[in-house]
Amino acid sequence: MAVRLMTERKVVPYTGNMATAEALRQINPDVVAAYPITPQTEIMHFFANYVANGLVDTEFMTVESEHSALSAAVGAAAAGARAMTATAGPGLALMWEILGVASGMRLPIVIPVVNRALSAPINIHCDHSDMMGARDQGCIMLFSENAEEQYDNVIQAVRIAEDERVRLPVIIGMDGFIISHSIENVSLLTDDEVKKFVGKQTLTHSLLDIDNPVTHGPIAMADSYMEFKRQQREAMMNAYKVIREAGEEFAELKGKKYEHIETYKTEDAEYILIVMGSAAGTAKYTVDGLREKGEKVGLIKVRTFRPFPYYDVVDVIDASNVKAIGVMDRAETFGGYSGPLFEEVCTSLYTRGKIYPITGIVYGLGGRDCNLNHIEEAFDVVKRKAAGMDVPPVTYLNLRV
Amino acid sequence: MKGWKNLEIGAVITEPGSSTVYKTGEWRAWRPVFQRENCIDCMICWVFCPDSSIIVEDNKVVAIDYEHCKGCGICAFECPKSKGDNESKKALIMKPEYLFREED
Ligand code: SF4
Ligand code: SF4
Repeated sequence: MAVRLMTERKVVPYTGNMATAEALRQINPDVVAAYPITPQTEIMHFFANYVANGLVDTEFMTVESEHSALSAAVGAAAAGARAMTATAGPGLALMWEILGVASGMRLPIVIPVVNRALSAPINIHCDHSDMMGARDQGCIMLFSENAEEQYDNVIQAVRIAEDERVRLPVIIGMDGFIISHSIENVSLLTDDEVKKFVGKQTLTHSLLDIDNPVTHGPIAMADSYMEFKRQQREAMMNAYKVIREAGEEFAELKGKKYEHIETYKTEDAEYILIVMGSAAGTAKYTVDGLREKGEKVGLIKVRTFRPFPYYDVVDVIDASNVKAIGVMDRAETFGGYSGPLFEEVCTSLYTRGKIYPITGIVYGLGGRDCNLNHIEEAFDVVKRKAAGMDVPPVTYLNLRV
Repeated sequence: MKGWKNLEIGAVITEPGSSTVYKTGEWRAWRPVFQRENCIDCMICWVFCPDSSIIVEDNKVVAIDYEHCKGCGICAFECPKSKGDNESKKALIMKPEYLFREED
């Protein structure tokens, strides 16, 4: 029996990794399988402590690679367990094959990811290339702005993943070191509240149900593979609703509302930046500063990257006075026009018949600093674009020339 | 066949033994031809066949299940009565599938 540790709500000084581990403890998954990789390792240090001290009922499996970690979680989830893992950067890359297995088998595995750059050159710092590289593997993807959002998102992810309309893995990204290792105020729910919110999983086709034997993960050739992919598309579209419902219920519980996107001073904005992850916090602060100088700037933070909230993004842009948009990607799409977020935003606009001047901005690769000055530079690029000046498809922020 | 809305999600199979009705022999490029008169019923082919395609009745090999046999040739390779060059003396002979498909 898991121990009830937190009987009152608390605000604690936690890093993103501590907050994630605390969420895992309160969720009390049946199985957690993990392999260490910087900057995720610490999550499992904390969680292994909980296991060793008997605070959770979890079967904790230390495996030989991330490929194995997710494979173990796949087996456990197919057996009917609530299974989780966590990883970062190259670890997620090594999981890549099994991500598609997990989503194709429709297993609701929750995967906190500490966003880290991919090699080479080797770099352990923040970058979204890991999740962007995995973006077509059929997993729901949420990005957190800070440690508390990561805690809240991980808890909501359990509900989203296990909803019978969805049944897909959920990856929740937080920026490596910037969130994972920085101490912030994190407001925690009580153990009972989390337990009640995540509820019990409704089992479908558990391998351990010997009275109703089933086969998981069979072959599906050209005669049926496409039908199963169409089902996955449907599940993703359902996830759009379910993520919103989970956010609303979470708001009732905690007071903080989570939507697919968060807008900041966009109503009358003429220049809008679109961003994901921790840079959103910096950008909000920059927006405040520029607003004091009378500049009409605003921000859209994308929380749900998969399924991408096409309508939400365009509705907000449409309701503003926008003259130009800058989309900030913390990942490259070499040879593409600009980054992955840029492409999604352009598609959203074009398919709704909304054409605005828009430009791509790549920032923060491999943990490169992105401070207030750099966000101001990004707004300058957007202003130049609005003025009809020549702006390259992609502007690299804070780059030595 | 069922459409995407009616198929079990995640391709889960809820009826055990359904692989017998999923005909996978179409892929075969080589066909094992069985010659009963040369067979000594040692069952080596039955043990080795990765697709359970050697049909045995009353302890005797009676036929090959062409609806599931992939034509890998393991049976003929392992069969003690199928060595050498004399085809008429072999129990299992691998022949190109097109010879038979043209007849169809
Ligand atoms: S060819 Fe292969 S699959 Fe076919 S019967 Fe022989 S061993 Fe079995
Ligand atoms: S291995 Fe050859 S001889 Fe033995 S049972 Fe099979 S066909 Fe007959």
